[in-house]
Amino acid sequence: MKQFSFILLLCCHLTFFGQEYFPKNDGVSNSNNNYTAFTNATIYINATQKIENGTLLIRDGKVLQVGPSINLPANTQVINLEGHFIYPSFVDAYSDFGIAKPQRSPGFGRSPQYDATRSGYYWNDHIMTDINAVDYFKFDSKKAKEFIEAGFATVGTHHHDGVARGSGMVVTLNEAGNDSERILQEKATQHFSFSRSVIKNQSYPSSTMGTLALLRQMYYDAKWYEQGNAKTKDLALEALIANRTLPAIFESKDKLNNLRADKVGDLFNIQYVIVGSGHEYENINDVKATNATFIIPLNFPDAYDVSNPYQADYVSLSDMRRWNQAPSNPKILANNGVKFAFTAHDLKTPKEIIAKIHKAIQYGLSEQQALEALTSVPAQILKNDRIGNLNENSYANFLITSGPIFESKTTIYENWVQGNKHVVNDRKQKDIRGTYNLLVSGTNYKMDVKGEMGKPKAEISQDTLKFKSNITYTNNWIELGFTKDDSMYRMTGIVPNDSDNIKGKLILPNGAESNFSATKTKGFEAKETKKEDKDIPEVMPLTYPNLAYGNASLPKAKDILFKNATVWTSEATGILENTDVLVKNGKISKIGKNLSAGNATVVDASGHHLTAGIIDEHSHLALSSVNEGGHNSSAEVKMEDVVDPDDIGVYRALAGGVTSAQLLHGSANPIGGRSAIVKFKWGESAENMIYKDSPKFIKFALGENVKQSNWGNTESVRFPQTRMGVEQVYVDYFQRAKEYEAQKKSDKAFRYDEEMETLVEILNGERFISCHSYVQSEINMLMKVAEAFDFKVNTFTHILEGYKVADLMKKHGVVGASTFSDWWAYKYEVNDAIPYNAAIMNNVGLTVAINSDDGEMIRRLNQEAAKTVKYGNVSEEEAWKMVTINPAKMLHIDSRVGSIKEGKDADLVLWNNNPLSLYAKPVKTMIDGAVYFDLEEDLKKRSAIKEERNTIIKQMLEAKNGGGKTQAPNKRADRDFHCDTDHLLESFHLHD
Amino acid sequence: MTSIIDKIIITTLLIVSSTLFAQQTPAAKQTEPISITGITAHVGNGAVIENATIVFENGIITAIGTNVSAKGTVINANGKHVYPGFIVVNSTLGLGEVDAVRASMDVNELGNISPNIRSLIAYNAESRIVESMRPNGVLLGQIVPRGGRLSGTSSVVQFDAWNWEDAAVKVDDALHMNWPNSFSRGRWWLGEPRGFQPNKSYADDIEKFKDFFVQAQTYAKAKPSDINLAFEAVQGLFDGSQKLFVSAESEKEIIDAITFTKEIGIKNVVLVGGYHAYKITDFLKAHNIPVVVGRTQSTPNFEDDDYDLPYKLPKLLHDAGLLVSINPGGRMERMNTRNLPFYAGQVVGQGMKKEDALKMITSNAAKILGIEDKFGTLEVGKSATLFIAKGDALDMRGSIISHAFIDGRAISLESHHTTLYNRYSNKFNSED
Repeated sequence: MKQFSFILLLCCHLTFFGQEYFPKNDGVSNSNNNYTAFTNATIYINATQKIENGTLLIRDGKVLQVGPSINLPANTQVINLEGHFIYPSFVDAYSDFGIAKPQRSPGFGRSPQYDATRSGYYWNDHIMTDINAVDYFKFDSKKAKEFIEAGFATVGTHHHDGVARGSGMVVTLNEAGNDSERILQEKATQHFSFSRSVIKNQSYPSSTMGTLALLRQMYYDAKWYEQGNAKTKDLALEALIANRTLPAIFESKDKLNNLRADKVGDLFNIQYVIVGSGHEYENINDVKATNATFIIPLNFPDAYDVSNPYQADYVSLSDMRRWNQAPSNPKILANNGVKFAFTAHDLKTPKEIIAKIHKAIQYGLSEQQALEALTSVPAQILKNDRIGNLNENSYANFLITSGPIFESKTTIYENWVQGNKHVVNDRKQKDIRGTYNLLVSGTNYKMDVKGEMGKPKAEISQDTLKFKSNITYTNNWIELGFTKDDSMYRMTGIVPNDSDNIKGKLILPNGAESNFSATKTKGFEAKETKKEDKDIPEVMPLTYPNLAYGNASLPKAKDILFKNATVWTSEATGILENTDVLVKNGKISKIGKNLSAGNATVVDASGHHLTAGIIDEHSHLALSSVNEGGHNSSAEVKMEDVVDPDDIGVYRALAGGVTSAQLLHGSANPIGGRSAIVKFKWGESAENMIYKDSPKFIKFALGENVKQSNWGNTESVRFPQTRMGVEQVYVDYFQRAKEYEAQKKSDKAFRYDEEMETLVEILNGERFISCHSYVQSEINMLMKVAEAFDFKVNTFTHILEGYKVADLMKKHGVVGASTFSDWWAYKYEVNDAIPYNAAIMNNVGLTVAINSDDGEMIRRLNQEAAKTVKYGNVSEEEAWKMVTINPAKMLHIDSRVGSIKEGKDADLVLWNNNPLSLYAKPVKTMIDGAVYFDLEEDLKKRSAIKEERNTIIKQMLEAKNGGGKTQAPNKRADRDFHCDTDHLLESFHLHD
Repeated sequence: MTSIIDKIIITTLLIVSSTLFAQQTPAAKQTEPISITGITAHVGNGAVIENATIVFENGIITAIGTNVSAKGTVINANGKHVYPGFIVVNSTLGLGEVDAVRASMDVNELGNISPNIRSLIAYNAESRIVESMRPNGVLLGQIVPRGGRLSGTSSVVQFDAWNWEDAAVKVDDALHMNWPNSFSRGRWWLGEPRGFQPNKSYADDIEKFKDFFVQAQTYAKAKPSDINLAFEAVQGLFDGSQKLFVSAESEKEIIDAITFTKEIGIKNVVLVGGYHAYKITDFLKAHNIPVVVGRTQSTPNFEDDDYDLPYKLPKLLHDAGLLVSINPGGRMERMNTRNLPFYAGQVVGQGMKKEDALKMITSNAAKILGIEDKFGTLEVGKSATLFIAKGDALDMRGSIISHAFIDGRAISLESHHTTLYNRYSNKFNSED
């Protein structure tokens, strides 16, 4: 039998409360009104209030009084806790205690489901606001024991499934009681998350931005429903409305999702409590700005096992840093005044939490803050002032410990929950740890008893020879056994109160009975305490962003004079030889010859070429999510919601001279999502990367992707499946948008619809379309639809058959056409894609850009532009415009960027060669006058990366050698988003 | 100045563009001598001859130099550049047409160890993609099957042919092996993380290879009556008549792969990919292993890598004294193979000499394929497989090609693309 590792004694006789009006048929109602007092203890009423030598008086599961001296009623049972400590038991505001893990419904390989399965509820299955935890709750004794042993008495719990997860409840872990006592609040919280339901299969939302849009629409719909406008019943919205005063807890678990959740809340005056990622230290200022209370996991990563250098190569510096830095997260949150609670939810068992908190304290968290995070803060989150403290009338939930709770040698003896004692470690049990001389059958052995007091470990040896051994220690009895030469010796004996020596019965390998004795030779010495302080590995400084090639500090604008450059203006002034460009206050201040530098730093640019930064009209870099394919229109989603500034692709793009890009939704549906237009300010937050007063754009898409031609055989149920259907999607949506606007303008009530709002912007010329397009028929179709609704298509992107209808595009009045230089043959609809496309469209008089749609090609857009010189004999000056001013025009940012012109943003690239040459590379890439890429700095960063990797690898090896847990080296999945990512992840790109 | 040949080509062009979507007709055999004069000749072995004259007869270069007298048809190419036809190693050209159209794909066969699979018989000499190589100077290639671990047998072909038989330059030249990955991607559909974890079956996978080759050698010792196609197909590796191309990327995989092939007694081994080869150049040199490095125009495999590591990788290997060529494999590899010259040119930006970069896709490639006796350089006695570019053929602005010859045959430089280009240019020009 496995070693019995946990003692839980239940003392039910102390309380009988709560059911006085229940009939009783099994005896008489022996009421017990006795008091219990705990005296002479160091009592923490809460994290800040401490009473030395105090008394705690409880009755009926509640705290009656606590103080230095209390008059005890006669019928008081007094428990003397001299030398011991009392703390409020811990509270975990975020768990799934007692609620079965939702089971994933089979759905793989079936046709997708686009409609909700429930009627009478919201239109989306992932909104389950009507679910109540209490309906699913079943007290789980096994899990309760784990929590109790870890020091918890109360948990918030809910059904972890879906985007809106309904209400959560607060229960105690009082195993002696029943639900009538344990349930403190049956509806305490409401819950939200970024995860789809695993039970339901509805396709929408399939993305992070879709999830955010769904939540926004849910709140808009609730408002509308509340005003009595709906003709039908919606129990999910009714539940949302009914529960709206409850604290709302949003599971984010991602450093960027933290901010995204908060943004949704801001829109509706909801301050979410956010379940964080454990990496809040990486963007602590943004975290602070949310003003949210956080629930923080403590699942610090284990060290990577880097003992094999080949395998160590696979671990990125960013992952290494996370191991190195994450234990500082609680400290950094505390130092920045962010209020937070801890949760054990992401730990394998709640029992790990004390060790994790020890670690956090080693890394600088104060004990007081740790205790607050386990008591008062989670209690506040749950809006329950009777838990997490020992004030009068609070629940008698408290811990009795051997010493200060967060000292590693401290033992938790008892965890009282609602006045019921749960023994974790027997307080009266003697500490038997130490070194013994064990006499067994005439032979002397050395026995070391160590480990935790209540569950010690034994090591039996003879000189250098160690034997496999085990010990259990329960109720003052030990059971001991070891194996020598395949023979097993078993012993049992009582631990006497008056002696340190143990004697008892011995069963010899042959079954004969005899005696053994263990004579203590040395007491137990806790050795860890001192070691801990000095053993914290040096914590590496953060960089911006916090990965390889991050900046030690954010780049700042500097005044710089570029001397004697060949300046490619992308303006009518053309290419100017031996010209100076002065950058001042982030703007291009002057262009000319022999400019005086003033205070500006002079960069000798002779022999170099200076250009405007490259602009990519079509990119999916720096995004957490690309496609919302759950609906055929997703105009409600915003790529601005999912900009991810931590993409190494950004740095690599800067190294290729790219300074701005439109981050587009994918091409999973005819009406995609709204774009994010960004500057690649490496290290800045998502918000700071996005253009201020950004022009409004939306992605549309045509052809094979939107009709799901290459998605596999099961994907044949979403309309449209043909190009004929695609037209009808547009006509339908625009017609509805028109009607929506009419309704909105009338006095009649209307349902605010983000999707329709976006489409109305298109109709009114306030939002521009960038349409993914391939074949001529569909290009022509979209222009005709636009004309019928009296607006214009701004940009056709990819537009590989644009050369066939360039005249029609010009006639329609498109602002531009943004194409690949030479991609073709990857699918059927690009059979007629030709590398001369850009040249022909340019010759017809369209504004033409070359785009990447690719994390690799974006690094070489200068070369892609140069291909137009080869294919179609475009002049070099014109070719260069195709990656600078032309895309700027299409994006309506040409008044700010895209050319070298006085007054424009100083987004500049200094090249070592003609920028159209295959041999050219950027020496400096500047945005708003700040240098974000510098060839020399890059070399320094490379050696710094090697050095830091080496340092952390050594630290991890030490951690491993010190007995720390490790994980196998691993590498995160590559991310290189394209239009088709998400749905085609494993599809056509992998045909070869 | 336009020469006669130029005029001929323009005339053909007009004829061709009137017959839309027809494949280009393979050129007829060279019947009379052709001389190119006044040209800068990039020999392909590192040498450059300014103001050269190059003469070829019956498909063979008969003279090259500054003091050579022209004969036959003369192409006056003053200021232009002549290069040996570029050679692509480890390609799937002609085996697939449109990635997303399954019916058009013949790249991956089923099975893990299928050395008997032969690419040549599936090579589509009339592929529109192959046709689009020629205007960029890519005139020859090794056509390789991709599926499984021991994928099959390749052949080398030239890109102006009626059928595969007439395209073949070297039949069944090599076998191709995908070395197991020491790290493998999580099976996310089974709930594993999407990232890469150490591959638990790595050693087993190698063992399977070993077992196969040992069995194949044992098989050859007797002449069994029952033919084992797979065992038969690898015998050329042991007598040196066929090469083994092994794809491996990481340091450990490369060392394991090379050690394995040497132990098993495979004579000629070529490393394909070799992302980490730069870390073990001494090892590779000691074993005399040429490297066909991955596309230079690709993103680094690891977040922490130098942004330009793929750009400069061939240089690192070349500088260490290894024989280097470029592998076009990867996403959208066939259509992008026309960018082979730019994959080579990319390294020039990293400081490699232009003529060295050129070698990677000419003489080095020819040596790696074992066709250096006929191809890869502009030298007397070699095949007149060459082209004339307006400028530097490794840079897109110079890669404007006016003439190309395979075995002395003046091949068409038209394609599906130029056909459409002409058709629509004419449409809009005539509307003006």
